[in-house]
Amino acid sequence: MSENNRPILQMTGIHKRFPGVHALDGVDFRMFAGEVHALMGENGAGKSTLIKMLTGVYAIDEGEVEWEGRPFHPRSPLEAQQAGISTVYQEINLCPNLSVAENIFIGREPRKFGRISWKAMNRAAEALLEERLNVKLDVTRPLESYSVAVQQLVAIARALSISARLLILDEPTSSLDRDEVNRLFEVMRHLKRQGLAILFVTHFLDQVYEVSDRITILRNGRLVGEYRTGELPRVELVQKMIGKDLDVLGSMPKRSAPSAGGQRPFLQAAGLGRKGGVEPFDLSIGGGEIVGLAGLLGSGRTETARLLFGADRADEGKMRIEGRETRLDSPRKAIDRGIAFCSENRKTEGIIEDLTVRENIILALQAHRGWFRTLSRRRQEEIADEYIKALGIRPDDPEQLIRNLSGGNQQKVILARWLLMNPKLLILDEPTRGIDVGAKAEIQKLVLSLSEEGMAVLFISSELEEVIRVSSRVAVLRDRRHVRHLTGDEIRQSTIMQAIAGG
Amino acid sequence: MVDRKYIPLLVTIGLFILMFLAGSLRYPGFLSAQVFMNLLIDNAFLLIVAVGMTFVILSGGIDLSVGSMVALTTMLSASLISQAGWPPAIVIPLVLAVGTLFGWLMGAIIHYFQIQPFIVTLAGMFLARGLCYVISIDTITINHAFYTKMALSKIRLPGGSFISISVAIALLVVLLAAYLAHFTRFGRNTYAIGGSESSAVLMGLPVARTKMLVYAFSGFCSALGGVVFTFYMLSGYGLHAVGLELDAIAAVVIGGTLLTGGSGYVIGTFFGVLIQGVIQTIITFEGTLSSWWTKMVIGLLLFLFILLQRIFTARSARSRPA
Amino acid sequence: MKTRWWNKPLFWPLAALGILFLLNLLLKPEFFAIRYQSGHLYGSLIDILNFGSPLAIVAVGMTLVIATRGIDLSVGSLVAIAGAMACLTISRGNDQQSLGLVLSAVLLALAVSVVLGLWNGLLVAGAGIQPIIATLILMVAGRGIAQLITSGQIITVTSKPYNYIGAGWLLTLPFSVYLVAAVFLFAAWMTRRTSLGMFIESIGCNPTASRLAGIRSRSILLAVYMFCALCAGIAGLITSSNVSSADGNNAGLWIELDAILAVVIGGTSLAGGRFSLAGTLVGALLIQTLTTTIYMLGVPPEITLVVKAIVVMAVCLIQSPSFRRSVARGLPRRPIASRQEVSGHG
Repeated sequence: MSENNRPILQMTGIHKRFPGVHALDGVDFRMFAGEVHALMGENGAGKSTLIKMLTGVYAIDEGEVEWEGRPFHPRSPLEAQQAGISTVYQEINLCPNLSVAENIFIGREPRKFGRISWKAMNRAAEALLEERLNVKLDVTRPLESYSVAVQQLVAIARALSISARLLILDEPTSSLDRDEVNRLFEVMRHLKRQGLAILFVTHFLDQVYEVSDRITILRNGRLVGEYRTGELPRVELVQKMIGKDLDVLGSMPKRSAPSAGGQRPFLQAAGLGRKGGVEPFDLSIGGGEIVGLAGLLGSGRTETARLLFGADRADEGKMRIEGRETRLDSPRKAIDRGIAFCSENRKTEGIIEDLTVRENIILALQAHRGWFRTLSRRRQEEIADEYIKALGIRPDDPEQLIRNLSGGNQQKVILARWLLMNPKLLILDEPTRGIDVGAKAEIQKLVLSLSEEGMAVLFISSELEEVIRVSSRVAVLRDRRHVRHLTGDEIRQSTIMQAIAGG
Repeated sequence: MVDRKYIPLLVTIGLFILMFLAGSLRYPGFLSAQVFMNLLIDNAFLLIVAVGMTFVILSGGIDLSVGSMVALTTMLSASLISQAGWPPAIVIPLVLAVGTLFGWLMGAIIHYFQIQPFIVTLAGMFLARGLCYVISIDTITINHAFYTKMALSKIRLPGGSFISISVAIALLVVLLAAYLAHFTRFGRNTYAIGGSESSAVLMGLPVARTKMLVYAFSGFCSALGGVVFTFYMLSGYGLHAVGLELDAIAAVVIGGTLLTGGSGYVIGTFFGVLIQGVIQTIITFEGTLSSWWTKMVIGLLLFLFILLQRIFTARSARSRPA
Repeated sequence: MKTRWWNKPLFWPLAALGILFLLNLLLKPEFFAIRYQSGHLYGSLIDILNFGSPLAIVAVGMTLVIATRGIDLSVGSLVAIAGAMACLTISRGNDQQSLGLVLSAVLLALAVSVVLGLWNGLLVAGAGIQPIIATLILMVAGRGIAQLITSGQIITVTSKPYNYIGAGWLLTLPFSVYLVAAVFLFAAWMTRRTSLGMFIESIGCNPTASRLAGIRSRSILLAVYMFCALCAGIAGLITSSNVSSADGNNAGLWIELDAILAVVIGGTSLAGGRFSLAGTLVGALLIQTLTTTIYMLGVPPEITLVVKAIVVMAVCLIQSPSFRRSVARGLPRRPIASRQEVSGHG
């Protein structure tokens, strides 16, 4: 790690406001050449906003940015690229149909007498990959014939060929296996030695400690701090991200949730796993139990839920529902077996924009009944009114188009949809996200009363207090793995934090 | 081992050779250079139009207006030459410019207003054919010496067979397009946009300019195809080239180009057109079958190729980033 | 918040229709003349209803396909095939006037249409092929199939029962009008009285969320393409029975484009989701009125194509958010998509 006294990038007092949201509140951020700098923070921390301002997607409301010693105000990603700041995104924004060499050089292909010289381009690509990344590839093969891990390296190569001096890697390891991660880290270290500054955005705690030199933590749009990796213990890192002081925790009173009482669990998963999703895990949930999933963003909680709902197909493992071995390969099947899943992505996986609140609420129930046995209009309105009142959905007009409701109210509608199914197992993924404090408490009470009536609940939330308050058991996840299972007295902030931090 | 990306092309070429051989075995007189040359002579205009269509489809779009543009070109040419008495030296460049401009406009609307190419070129199709009829409802014959000379021209080839000037033009267009596709930034950008437009934008490629150029090129090819068509038909008529766009699309797809964009070769389209020609020739030689059999066979081929494409992409999609 | 009356979806198409009627009223008042003669009503308005019936029926089927975010380009070929199938059956029969023969011919033609619709549906829902591409196949091959059935000839039949479908009268109105009403009512009942309509809109609006909510997308897609093909079949019977013959080449030529236009004018978006059958009917009426108006005004009918082009572009531009934004600012902007494509997280 080279120690430069002057940072290559200095952002000071950065503010960014969106209608109704103060996304970044006086954030300072700096990077040094020859270092890997990890940027961490939970949902709404402001990571992506910061990066978008650095790469010219958003304009800066307030604050100064100095790049290589000069003021820097990029107006487009292209400008940022040309100035030396390149980003490699999670979705590998390259063209899968073109060859590796072409992806590296397209737009700037070497030409001879006005025509593209393929030989020169291929040679240059090979040289670039070998010298800067220490990687050997057949550069004439189409990009899509390579794995995601290799495609990422090509994306990095492209960035380098545009003379990047700062490389932003946005969640690069999400779809990589252990060997591929190792190779990527080798490349990163190689690039570091060449003087590149690397911004590493990730949720994987272990990896941060493996490869980064410096860590910056953001929370709710504010800077928590910048630390040398070696000087920041893991538990402190987790604390600073989730925001609770270790002393203040622990003594919070916990509502005791009813125990399963020895009956057979409703669902038993054994060794259930999916490549790129979550590693094989065991989990069982019984009627009247609330099992919480705790972990940082990206730790595999949603992936776990999707496997249990049949939204994703498992690569390995078995599942038993009510004692019978079942293979769930579609949500339809899961719903028929009595499972409901309230997704965290309400926009892409929840609301049907064109439909009204009423229609959105009864959708799953109606799908279950089939196309012919339509609920009468009167019954639909009764249901809609009932849930609008129960969950406090505003505005309270069931004929309102759901797209006109605020995010929090849309979430309530989707919650209503699944509550209406009266499932045996209700999976809730961030059910209180975007909902006001009063309503949050209501929903938690609702979940508790449902479980008292015998419903099994899988409760996923980024807010630890919520998870602690309602769960009778907690599974803790880290880096796409189930790492610990906590019961009874173990369900405390301190234990959970420790489990998440690991190390 | 053959590079995987050439497989669709090889299948097409193989299919053509197979068909030609089958015809040769079954019908006496089939296996002759002239029969092959006739394939080119009869389909020169389709070849030119299909080359333009190839670029559009490579970029991930589609152009439904090509047939109508051919008709409009014939109508404009005929009316200017026979009725207004303008010389071909002015008329031909003029109609080429009109076609290019028309295409360029469609490309601009498609890109800047983000409207599906299907709908915009559909409107273009209506408009072009409508303008044909505005000029004249009936046929206008072209009686100009230049055109007649073009129609009767024969270029002798070593070995005794001959081709028409239209074929020479068509082959030139094919070579030019292949060069553009493989050796110019415009061509590579077209492939990039067809592969992933959003990535192309993020990579800083000139997406707007390329898209407009692609449709302009298609418009140019349609107009040039129309000019060649006038050499063939010596008239302008609103009902010329009805359904030509479908033939062009079929040629492109059978030629191995993916309808979703980003993959394919101009030379593939060349063979796609040849295949259509060979089917037509076989049916003619057979004598007893009506020409409508062509449509069915082409439809069948289209189905098979699209299914193949689907399997092809499904397999490689698994290695794509999630 | 109630929708203002000018924001109600049916308003603009009806307004356009109203303007057309007004134009006719001013220029050629006899447009509205209806006379009663030997038990039938005659007049331009009746002609519009009569000649527009095939288009209206095809457009109704097309509406549901478009609502699922799909499209069916093969309806024109299906029109030809249905007519060819029916005429062939009748021409082969012993007594062309026999009602039984005609009925079996009609049923056979419709059955073939539905099977072809199933073909389209399987390609889209089963093989996952893009609807434009999948239905393109039948669009190309279908003409050939129609010619195959007619052996390349134009089959003529002399059959009063058959002729009744397209040229008959019932209670003073042309029979085809009743067919339109029947198809429309059936579609309306199926989509609004059962949950099919809601499921179709759901699939078209958000296929992912629909799947997670447990909707059986595959069967609904199959049904929708089969229904669209059925509509094309009925339209084919009307067209061919009207002229008592089947022309494999020209029957239903380009009707798919008119149908798509009618659906789009009627307010259903090409991107799928909310649909309006009534809007489609208004759209089909509009197109037919346009044709008739142009004819009545003595303008060469070929102008219709140019007008259609302008109408298509106008409707699509109005539906395009980029266009509306640039009109508000006065300049075409760099398409917004380029900014939104940059990914984000958290």
